[in-house]
Amino acid sequence: MSKLTSNREEFGKELRQVVVETLNEMIEKDPTVVALEADLGGASGFSKIAKENLINVGIAEANMVGVASGLNLTGFVPYLHTFSPFATRRAFDQLYLSGGYSDTHLNIYGSDPGFTAGVNGGTHTSYEDVALMRMIPNSVICDAADEVQLKFIVQAFKERCGVNYFRANRKAVRKVYQQDSEFELGKGVVLRTGEDVALIASGQLVSQTLDVAEKLATEGIQATVIDMFTVKPIDKELILKTAQEIGKIVTIENHSIYGGLGSSVAEFLAENGKATLKRIGVDERFGQVGTPDFLQKEYGLDMLSIYQKVKEIL
Amino acid sequence: MEKLRDTIRLDVLKTLKTMGYGHLGGALSIVELLAALYGSEMKFDAKNPSWEERDRLVLSKGHAGIALYATLANAGFFPKDWLDTVNVGGTNLPSHPDRLKTAGVDVTTGSLGQGTSIAAGIAYGLKMKKSSAFTYLICGDGELNEGQCWEAFQFIAHNQLDNCLVIIDENKKQLDGRTKDILNPFDIQEKMRAFGFTTQKVDGSDLSSIQKAIHELKQVKNSAIALVLDTTKGQGIPYFEELSDNHSVKFDNEENRLALEKAIEELEVRINEQTNE
Repeated sequence: MSKLTSNREEFGKELRQVVVETLNEMIEKDPTVVALEADLGGASGFSKIAKENLINVGIAEANMVGVASGLNLTGFVPYLHTFSPFATRRAFDQLYLSGGYSDTHLNIYGSDPGFTAGVNGGTHTSYEDVALMRMIPNSVICDAADEVQLKFIVQAFKERCGVNYFRANRKAVRKVYQQDSEFELGKGVVLRTGEDVALIASGQLVSQTLDVAEKLATEGIQATVIDMFTVKPIDKELILKTAQEIGKIVTIENHSIYGGLGSSVAEFLAENGKATLKRIGVDERFGQVGTPDFLQKEYGLDMLSIYQKVKEIL
Repeated sequence: MEKLRDTIRLDVLKTLKTMGYGHLGGALSIVELLAALYGSEMKFDAKNPSWEERDRLVLSKGHAGIALYATLANAGFFPKDWLDTVNVGGTNLPSHPDRLKTAGVDVTTGSLGQGTSIAAGIAYGLKMKKSSAFTYLICGDGELNEGQCWEAFQFIAHNQLDNCLVIIDENKKQLDGRTKDILNPFDIQEKMRAFGFTTQKVDGSDLSSIQKAIHELKQVKNSAIALVLDTTKGQGIPYFEELSDNHSVKFDNEENRLALEKAIEELEVRINEQTNE
């Protein structure tokens, strides 16, 4: 059971710290867990992982994926980190063949997705990582809303063989869940119910989406808010139920509207249900440089922009 | 070992005859190497292909799959009549090796360069587990065009993976022609040395030279090791060695077909003689 935190204004731990602490706890219990880094150990905090279980391959992401596959073939469970564009599009054929096609177990942390790339700019921005990873048969993709959920994802991926990808900011984000919340891979979390519109969000934008719902409530508009943290496999049952009961759905993601959460919902609804759908995300644009706050507004993913777009279908 | 070498070569040719086409050049250039590995060097149990302590083989030049299949069949991993099914829909023997389909295939390969990193990861993992199992990585010289090979070689050298023998089949040709005309590899042995490897280069058509080099390189400690094999594409069959376009050969013309049949006949005679000796 997941429960909303009582203070959503509060920031949690840095997400990179959560990943590192969780991995260190896992390594303590099971030394077959190994972490791989491509020379971003200082940026990810991976340099704080137990030395015997950390492999820094240097700036060579394709090799990192292959090495991880080889490690898995000898019985290890690898967790790989680099920035999300390099973790996905830079090494895609390796993820596809040395990973998916070879049926090896790879857990990949793509950090700083979308606008969170901030001042690293357009070269370091991925608005397409989820789209790419979705194309690998049997992959699992998660976009973490906060630290509590992130910890669950890191742990859950150990038990799920295959190519598993999670994206999350390295820095602290606002809290969404209480510490004792429980999740299930592939199951969306209904955070709030309302009959006028359903807002389906993922990742860091879940928090903003709750703000939008609260703002709408002050105007007498009641919104359902769903945290679809598992983008693949998507929770079809919940989408169908939402379409039937509410009929108006808005998807919200820090990603291109092509190939990510919005696409997944649209594809499913086109064949299985009827609802008015609006996708909020990035449309035919590359990333650029700026602070995350600037970029969030620039790409129309801040609270006010989301609110305005939601109003368009009401 | 000579008999195994000739039998592998014969089975490669018979497989090609059944298929009517195939990657002849680069399959024949590693026949001696595979005979040396499976005939004497490698630790494996064909009845227990996933035996933990087995040595691993990564055929990173996956297009030479039929040579590996002929070898594995002779080593008893699966029945020889499977060789008639290469590339037939639903087969266990696809053109490029697939670890999920074939007993004895440790790593799925085909997208060039990727096997190098996987072999590196296997060798690293075996070290972590303090296993005595050894990893043999076979690359093509054309394959070295791929940048990923050099990423993996740096990793192997940096980590001093002396339990991973990198073997480069220098047959001097790739699909579109001679390697020196497509993308000059220059001196491969020198390059490997510069990357931090302890290296040897021997005649890749000579079984005893290959064996001796492998023995010596396996004695090296705390350094990556590489063996460059001086080979010929189409090795062992003069007609196909001389055929200019011999990466993948079709047997839809009289000349190629007759040459193939003649080579099969000669090998059969030779193997019979070896059996009677």
